[in-house]
Amino acid sequence: MSNIWIICRKELKSYFSSPIAYGLMAFFALISGYFFYMATAIFVTRGLESQMMGRGMPMDVNEWVIRPVLMNVSVIGLFMIPMITMRLFAEEKRSGTIELLVTSPVRDIEIILGKWLAALMMYGCILLTSMVNLGLLFAYGKPDWKPMLVAYLGLLLQGGCLLAIGTFLSTTTKNQIVAGVGTFAICLLLWVLDWVSAFETSATSKVISYMSVVTHFEPFSKGVLDSKDVIFYVSVIFLGLFLTARSMESLRWRS
Amino acid sequence: MIKVEGLTKRYARTVAVDNVSFEVAKGQIVGFLGPNGAGKTTTMRVLTCFLPPSAGQAEVAGFNVTADPMEVKKRIGYLPEVPPLYPEMEVLEYLTFVGRLKGIPKADLPARVKSVSERCNIADVGAKLIAKLSKGYRQRVGLAQAIIHNPEVLILDEPTAGLDPKQIIETRELIKSLAGDHTIILSTHILPEVEQTCEKVIIINKGKVVAIDTVNNLTSRLRGSEAVAVEVSAKNGELGAAQVQQRLEQVPGVSRVVTRSGKEGHLRFEVESLQGHHIRPEIARGVVDSGWNLHELHAVAFSLEEVFLELTSTETVAQTKGAAQ
Ligand SMILES: Nc1ncnc2c1ncn2[C@@H]1O[C@H](COP(=O)(O)OP(=O)(O)OP(=O)(O)O)[C@@H](O)[C@H]1O
Ligand SMILES: [Mg+2]
Repeated sequence: MSNIWIICRKELKSYFSSPIAYGLMAFFALISGYFFYMATAIFVTRGLESQMMGRGMPMDVNEWVIRPVLMNVSVIGLFMIPMITMRLFAEEKRSGTIELLVTSPVRDIEIILGKWLAALMMYGCILLTSMVNLGLLFAYGKPDWKPMLVAYLGLLLQGGCLLAIGTFLSTTTKNQIVAGVGTFAICLLLWVLDWVSAFETSATSKVISYMSVVTHFEPFSKGVLDSKDVIFYVSVIFLGLFLTARSMESLRWRS
Repeated sequence: MIKVEGLTKRYARTVAVDNVSFEVAKGQIVGFLGPNGAGKTTTMRVLTCFLPPSAGQAEVAGFNVTADPMEVKKRIGYLPEVPPLYPEMEVLEYLTFVGRLKGIPKADLPARVKSVSERCNIADVGAKLIAKLSKGYRQRVGLAQAIIHNPEVLILDEPTAGLDPKQIIETRELIKSLAGDHTIILSTHILPEVEQTCEKVIIINKGKVVAIDTVNNLTSRLRGSEAVAVEVSAKNGELGAAQVQQRLEQVPGVSRVVTRSGKEGHLRFEVESLQGHHIRPEIARGVVDSGWNLHELHAVAFSLEEVFLELTSTETVAQTKGAAQ
């Protein structure tokens, strides 16, 4: 346990000693802020419209602002993942520091978990920047905070499983860029899989859409905590980390 | 302390280490000497559990590297060929990180970091970023990293590579001062380095062990001596190899005789001379006087000599380069 924390701390330090971390956070804050602005603007116009028509229907902030913003945030998150994971192992292999880690009295799985946790925390920090906007809603209105919490849990779980896949790809090469591009391709694919179900309703399309990480995020964004989605995410995380462990082992056999 | 038996390591196409066996006793400093591509780094990687062997056994500090890697890792300090440094860390921060990784108790850590940075002469760059260090300083930080947890066994891959002459001397002194408590195996392709620091030398070439001996024995065996191949047979009746070997050993100037396999009832030997002796006429006389047939008598190259030539010539190049700077 303490070994995991040693590795995790070192990775976090290294994220925050490079400008990329701050760049990603700033970029994300900007984009999510833009989405937030758009969603609020729509919300306000709709609200005025319905008042003018005299219906005076009560509109839900959670439904109209928070949910669309978080859906978008989940998609932008996909594109941040490769930047976070690409260096994890590729850089250590290139510079030879992997020899230090592997010949120290730490288990492979501790190295992997430490690195993955650090990546997850980094991702969490990026997500935090989007919370600033939502904080504004609390200042001026009374949104329900429970579904928001569920949605952020969903974002973290979704991130965790893509980060695990990214971590795996980073062990397969010495080249960060290759690892990054590979991870990006997979993230994109997992996102696009969701579209298949929009055109078709056959059994295969259901299976394919089941594989999509975005499909499983929908319920979270509505504030619904469904065990089947949690199980999906957790098992993908396990699969990703398991593959990472196998890859680390086989790398040693080969090189 | 270190025991290697029949170690073989194959890569996809090359056999990097081929059936290597040796032992290192506790407290000894052993030099691992060989030209480029000899398999030094590969052997060390197996000893440090970084690579698994393809065949054979390796034992470090009483534990097998394949069966008990965790126990081995607790007891070794390793300086890889390229020092494993994180450029974005400061020197003290890096040493603290390695100390934690090696399981040094929290209370002892600051003292260990301090003493090791003094020992390796890096105390003055403690707050510097590793990215900004010169090559020599990086090498020293690498060495500090290897000894920070006071390991029983030290495995150093070319510890003096990239240092200036003054630093080389300091590093050698440091390594020598570590012997006794630590068992050390260091690799190099510089002959004088072994002469100055090591008690024993293992010479390896193209993945095979060529010689294991003390440095003095090896040099005296080589400087100005020659190796001769002799083939004899009996004129009539049987002739024992032991008998011929005994006779050859009596020839003045002969240092050792090795039996080789001969063909068609011929007996074949390789005879090495002492320094400055020309033994071929004496051998011819000895064989003929004993009433045996002499089929062949010619000088051969030592397998060891070839390696030595290569090693000594690279050293001369290195020295001239050093002098030019
Ligand atoms: N990862 C690898 N994949 C394939 N072959 C390799 C690998 N590493 C080393 N080799 C080969 O194994 C052989 C031994 O290499 P090794 O690095 O052990 O030599 P060395 O004695 O350390 O040489 P040097 O003095 O140059 O450091 C070489 O022929 C090398 O090409
Ligand atoms: Mg080498």
